[in-house]
Amino acid sequence: MLPETAPVRACGLVYPARALTEPLCFLNVKGKRKNMPIEISEKTIKHEFIEKVSQLSGQDIFKCFQCGTCGGACPMSGQMETLPRRIMRMAQLGMEENVSGSETSFTCASCHTCSANCPRGIDLARVMEAVRLLTLRKNVNKINPSKVPAETVRELPQIALVSCFRKLTS
Amino acid sequence: MKVSYYPGCTLKTKAKNLEDAAVSSMAALGVDFQELQRWNCCGAVHSLADDDLIHHVAPVRDLVRAMDQGSRQVVTLCSMCYNTLARANLLMRNDEVKRKTINDFMSEETDYHGEVEVVHFLNFLRDTVGWDTLRSRVKASLNGMKVASYYGCTLVRPADVAIEPAGGGKVMNEFIDALGGSPVDFAASTVCCGSYQILAHPEAALEVIGRIIESASSAGAEALILSCPLCEYNLAKKQAELVSSGKISKKLPVYYFTQLLAIALGLGPEASRLDLNEAGSVEFLKAKNFPVESGARA
Ligand code: SF4
Ligand code: SF4
Repeated sequence: MLPETAPVRACGLVYPARALTEPLCFLNVKGKRKNMPIEISEKTIKHEFIEKVSQLSGQDIFKCFQCGTCGGACPMSGQMETLPRRIMRMAQLGMEENVSGSETSFTCASCHTCSANCPRGIDLARVMEAVRLLTLRKNVNKINPSKVPAETVRELPQIALVSCFRKLTS
Repeated sequence: MKVSYYPGCTLKTKAKNLEDAAVSSMAALGVDFQELQRWNCCGAVHSLADDDLIHHVAPVRDLVRAMDQGSRQVVTLCSMCYNTLARANLLMRNDEVKRKTINDFMSEETDYHGEVEVVHFLNFLRDTVGWDTLRSRVKASLNGMKVASYYGCTLVRPADVAIEPAGGGKVMNEFIDALGGSPVDFAASTVCCGSYQILAHPEAALEVIGRIIESASSAGAEALILSCPLCEYNLAKKQAELVSSGKISKKLPVYYFTQLLAIALGLGPEASRLDLNEAGSVEFLKAKNFPVESGARA
């Protein structure tokens, strides 16, 4: 627990620790599309998660200023549980369960449209990959290759199977 | 002219039409397309995680093969292979630490530093064959056919491997123009087709596929060309489903760009391989009097 006056780095700004002990944000958690107050405090911020996402992606996630350009450009955002911008915000706030619990990174098609359009130069496709891998590396599979119908396997080009299994299995 | 060529897995099975049309066209243009020996799968996607080097080994090994076989250039047709090989190549050129780790790991191979140039076939046509030469070899002009160029993702993103500088979007249009067609610009030409999510999240992919087809059709396109077997699967093979669900109003014939090349060069059905395309695509060209039909459809 930090002393009340110690600065805490979150969302690219430096807040006094006390500000973070009060419920300060209204975020749509898990894409429920309704506002519910959440508490963000030194207790809830998973610094290790922030560290891992930053390392794996090689991106400074605190550069994100929440403009939403990524989700606006994303071809899959209509079907995403949580918009990419929210994933970024929750990652900045170390909300590991919410980020990893969202299906968003597994709905991502790695098309790099967000990365090409982000005004802050964040390669969001890499952040999505980092988030995906942190789940997959716990031996989780989001698709079971042996359950794909034989008909589909016959039909699909190899690159579809290889890329899907590469992105969605451990 | 001898040119080293990397086909990739899908061109040997589901996308024979992409490959056969290119190889026959090159023979007709006097280019000796030599398939790389002992190539392996490129891995289909570039690994984006900083600590994941093992997945770069497959594409790098292909580049080592090309170098060892004396090639300065390796030409690819499939957009996904192009992207994966070109990005692995950049990594080997620019990242000293990762280059050393990968080279050390592949100790049985020659050390590689990005010596080979990865070139997409469209750029090869533009820079090595040349549009003027191509134009002069056209025997069956597309005759003003309104063709939309679909780039998708992997030919244009990320910017450091894009086949053209940002804001380009010209090479496929120039190609259509050289064959006598009329290029049609449409808003969705670089919108992702949903890629591999057609397997895991088909609803999300179908939604965007529908938008792309509608965008091309409403811009006045009579046909659409592309260079990726996964885009082809999504944009061509899924159209019947989209028509029945009302997501698109009518079907749009889809071809690999190499197929229109073979046709314009006056090559027969064994070269253009339209027998492997979706129903409707042969009929469309037949109605325009191109000699596209062989015996039985596969
Ligand atoms: S486009 Fe970039 S800065 Fe804007 S919300 Fe997305 S990640 Fe953040
Ligand atoms: S890379 Fe993923 S998150 Fe980014 S635009 Fe494409 S599908 Fe959306």
